[in-house]
Amino acid sequence: MNKKLVCEFENLVGRENVMAEQADRQAYSYDSAVLEPVVPALVVRPETSAQLGKTVRLCNENGLPLTVRGAGTNLSGGTIPAAPNAVVVTTNGLSGIIEINSEDMYAVVEPGVITAQFAAAVAAKGLFYPPDPGSQTVSTLGGNVAENAGGLRGLKYGVTKDYVMGIEFFDVNGELVKSGSKTVKCATGFNLSDLMVGSEGLLGVFSRIIFKLIPPPKDSRAMMAVFDSVEKASETVSAIIAEQIVPCTLEFLDNFTIRTVEDFRHAGLPTDAGALLLIEVDGHPAGVEDDAEKIRKICEQKGAGKIQRAGSAAEKDLIWQARRDALPALARLKPTTVLEDATVPRSRIPEMVKKIRDIGEKYHIDIGTFGHAGDGNLHPTILTDKRDKDEFARVEQAIDEIFEAALAMGGTLSGEHGIGLAKRKYLEGETSRGTIRYSRRLKETFDPVNILNPGKVIGD
Amino acid sequence: MADIEELVRLLKELEEELVHCTRCGMCQAVCPLYGATGRETDVARGKIVLVENLSKEILDDPEAVKQRLDRCLLCGSCEAACPGGVPIMDIFLKARAIITGYLGLSPVKKAIFRGLLSNPDRFDKLLKWMARLQGPFSRQVSETLGSSCARFMSPVIGDRHFMPIASEAWHKKGHRQFLRPRDPGLRVVFYPGCLVDRIFPRVAEAVMKVLDFHEVDVFAADRVPCCGIPALSAGDRQSFEKLVRQNMDILDSLDFDYLVTPCATCTATIRKFWPAMIEAGAGGLTGEIQEKVLAASEKTRDINELLVDVLGVQAPAAPASGAKSLTYHDPCHLKKSLGISRQPRTVLAAAGDVNFAEMREPDRCCGMGGSFNLQHYGLSDKIGQKKLAAILETGADTVATGCPACMLQLTDLLSRGGHALAVKHPVEVYAEALQQRPGLQKPVDAQKPGNTDYDKATETYR
Repeated sequence: MNKKLVCEFENLVGRENVMAEQADRQAYSYDSAVLEPVVPALVVRPETSAQLGKTVRLCNENGLPLTVRGAGTNLSGGTIPAAPNAVVVTTNGLSGIIEINSEDMYAVVEPGVITAQFAAAVAAKGLFYPPDPGSQTVSTLGGNVAENAGGLRGLKYGVTKDYVMGIEFFDVNGELVKSGSKTVKCATGFNLSDLMVGSEGLLGVFSRIIFKLIPPPKDSRAMMAVFDSVEKASETVSAIIAEQIVPCTLEFLDNFTIRTVEDFRHAGLPTDAGALLLIEVDGHPAGVEDDAEKIRKICEQKGAGKIQRAGSAAEKDLIWQARRDALPALARLKPTTVLEDATVPRSRIPEMVKKIRDIGEKYHIDIGTFGHAGDGNLHPTILTDKRDKDEFARVEQAIDEIFEAALAMGGTLSGEHGIGLAKRKYLEGETSRGTIRYSRRLKETFDPVNILNPGKVIGD
Repeated sequence: MADIEELVRLLKELEEELVHCTRCGMCQAVCPLYGATGRETDVARGKIVLVENLSKEILDDPEAVKQRLDRCLLCGSCEAACPGGVPIMDIFLKARAIITGYLGLSPVKKAIFRGLLSNPDRFDKLLKWMARLQGPFSRQVSETLGSSCARFMSPVIGDRHFMPIASEAWHKKGHRQFLRPRDPGLRVVFYPGCLVDRIFPRVAEAVMKVLDFHEVDVFAADRVPCCGIPALSAGDRQSFEKLVRQNMDILDSLDFDYLVTPCATCTATIRKFWPAMIEAGAGGLTGEIQEKVLAASEKTRDINELLVDVLGVQAPAAPASGAKSLTYHDPCHLKKSLGISRQPRTVLAAAGDVNFAEMREPDRCCGMGGSFNLQHYGLSDKIGQKKLAAILETGADTVATGCPACMLQLTDLLSRGGHALAVKHPVEVYAEALQQRPGLQKPVDAQKPGNTDYDKATETYR
C-alpha cells in the first residue's frame, strides 16, 4: 500500500494502531479454518467508534476490501483477508461493556468484548447470557453475532441471534445505522438487526450491540449415560424430547472420540461404548430433580449400560471434562484438524453418524464425531496432515460427501460456524441459484464498491 | 552462521513441532502480553506463524521475526493451555537460538553473557562492587519490603523500586559439604540460583534452617554458576552450554538424592530446558555429558515440592486462627511449566497461624519475565498492575511466591504503589514458624527416590 494512504489511516487511528510491516501483516493472514492464508495490505485497530466509522469510509473511498477480525477463531475462513489489497480491521480495541442493566435485563457492548468475559460480568450482576460457543474464552461478541454462533446450550436457550435486541453499525460510507431497541418490543423500522446477524461481515461493520439477558437457572443436574450403540443413544435423545423435557445441554461422543479422550485423560471412560450422552437439566430445584429422574428412567428403558449422576460440583465438572477434552484430545492425534458443523434434524443423528463412519472408511481417513445431539448439530472432526497431499485430497472429497449427506437428510451446511470461504461452493445445493442472486443484489445495494468481505458466503 | 540457507535449514528442523499448531487461537485467552496489547504477533499463534513463514521463506526478515519473538515473557501460559499440546516454549527458545546464531548476538548481550555470566568469579566481583555503590546512589523507600529507588535519574533503573544487591553473595559464607555418611538419610544439593544468592540471601538462609530441621544432609557449592536461562532466552546457546558445563563440573563429583532450588525459573530451566536443548542436538553438549545432565535434571526439585512430596510436610487439620493473613502468587515456571501449585500452599498452611486468602487468578503472570522486564518495562508494569490489584483485593498482609524473580516484580509493584505488604518466599514463612514454634511436628518418613509415592509425586511432569 502506498505511503500516503498508510499515513491517512495513521492520522485516523494513531500510528501505534496501524500495522504495515510485512511481519505484522503476516500474522493476520489466517484464522482457525484449514485454508490458504492471504496476507492483507494493512491492519488497522480503531479504538473508538468514530475511528471505526472513518476507517470504513476511507476503505470505501479507496476501493479497499475490508475484513473485520475479532479473535480470528472463525472455522469457515470468514476472517481470512478477502484479497492481498485488503485492510484487516481488528475490533479488540473496541472492547467496552457500555451497560449491563439488571432492571430491564439488557446489555450494551462494543464488538470486541470477549464472550466469556461478558458472560462473567453478566453473571456478577445476577443475570445470564446463555450462548457459549466452544471458543468463548477468546471469541468476541461481534464475531459471535456476525457468525450467529451457537454452543452447547442451543437446544434449550437458543443461539446468539435469540439474544440480539439491536445493532448499531456503519454502512460503507461510514454513516451510523441504528436498529432495534433496549425494549422487549420494538416495531420501529426495518428489522435490520436480524439481517446483520450471521451476515459474516458482508453487509455492515458493527459498532454496538444490545443483548437480551435472562434470569439464571436456580439449579442444575448433570449425568452421563453409556450406550453400546449410537442408535440407542439417539433413541434416548428423541424419547427425552418426546417426554417434553428440554435439557440445557445434551451432548454426544462417538466411540472414536471416547477412546481418544480416554487415552488423553485416563479418567476411566468406557472405551468399548458405542456412544456417550452427557446430559444436563436446569431450572427450579424441584423441577430439575423431577426431570433428572425421568431422564434416568428413559436412559434405562432405552438400554443405557451405565448411568452416572453427578452428586457434587466436582463430579459435574468431571462429567463435562470428557466433553471439553473431545476436541483437544482429537487435535493431538494428527497435525491437521478439520472441524465441521454439518447439522441434521435430530431424529436423523444415527443415520448421519453411520454415514460419517462409512465416509471415513471409504476414504481411509480418521473421523471422530461428537457434538450437540439435542439440536442435531454434529462435529465430525477429521484428523489428517495437510502436508500429505494425497490424503488431504481424500479429506476434501469426504467433506463434500458429508455435506451432501447432511443436505439429503434435510439438514443444513452450518449449524454454527458460518459459510465463509470453506462452504460457499455448497450454498446453492442447500438454497437455490435465485437465493444467491437475490443475496448478491442485496449486497450490491448496501455495498456498491463491494468492499465488505468480498468473495465470502455468496461469492462475487 | 551468516548463511540464510543454513537459517532456513535449521528452522525447518522445527517443522514437526510447528505443524501441530492448528491456529485455534486459544492462546489469546491466557497470554498476559496479548492481554495488554491485543497484537497477534504478541501471542503464541502469531509468533509460530512467523517462525514457520521464515522457515518456508515466505518471510525474509529474520530481524523482524526476532524482535517479535523477543517480546515474550516466556511464562509458558500458552503451552499449558494449548489444546493441541504444541511444545511452544521449546519452539520459542530453539527459534531464538537459531535466529540469534544467524544474526549474531548484540554487543551488549555478548558482553553480559560471554564476558560476565559465563565467568562467575568476574560476575561476583562486579556485583560486590555494585553493592558498595548502591548506598550513595539509592535510598530505601519501604521498610516492610526493604525496597529502594534511584536517588538520581538513572536510565537503567528508571522508576523501578528494586531490592538492593547483597553486600556479599550468600554462597561465600553459606557453602558447605555433606556432613554425614551416605546412608541412611537424605542428601540434597542446594542450588540457590543467582537471584537468591545475590538479592535474597534471606531465602537461602530459610532453606538451610528448614532442611536442618528436617535433618537433611545438605551440600552447597562455593560458587554458583547461573542456570543459563538468561543466555538461552537471548538465543545465546554458546553461553548457555558453557554454564550448564560449569554446573555439571560441580555436580559431577557428588553423590546425592536431589538437587533443590528455591527459584521457580531455575527449577524449570534445569528440569525442562536442559534436557530439551540436549535433545535438540547439534550443540556442544554431546557425548558423556548428555546422560549426566539428564540424570541431574531428573533429580531436580523445587523446595516446596521437596518439603511436601519427599519430606512429607502436611497442612494442619485445624484451620488457622492467626491475625495475619497471607496470599500466594503462582509463579508461571512452577505452575505452568511444572504443575506445582498445591505444594507451596501446603508449606504455607504447615506454617500455621496464618489465614490464607486466595487471590483472583493466582496463576496470572506478574509480568516480570526475567529480561523482559528490563527491555519492556512499560508493558511489564501494565501486566503487573492487574496482579497488584488482585493482591490488594485479598487484604492480605503478606504475599508469598515461590520465585525470586516474581518477588522482585511484586516488590516493585507494591513499593511504587506505597503498599506496606511483605513479599516472602513460602520457605521463609515456614522457617519463621519453625523458629517461633519449636514444637512444630516433623514428619518421619522422608522418601528416597525410587519408591511408588515418589513416582506419583512426579506424575505431573509426564
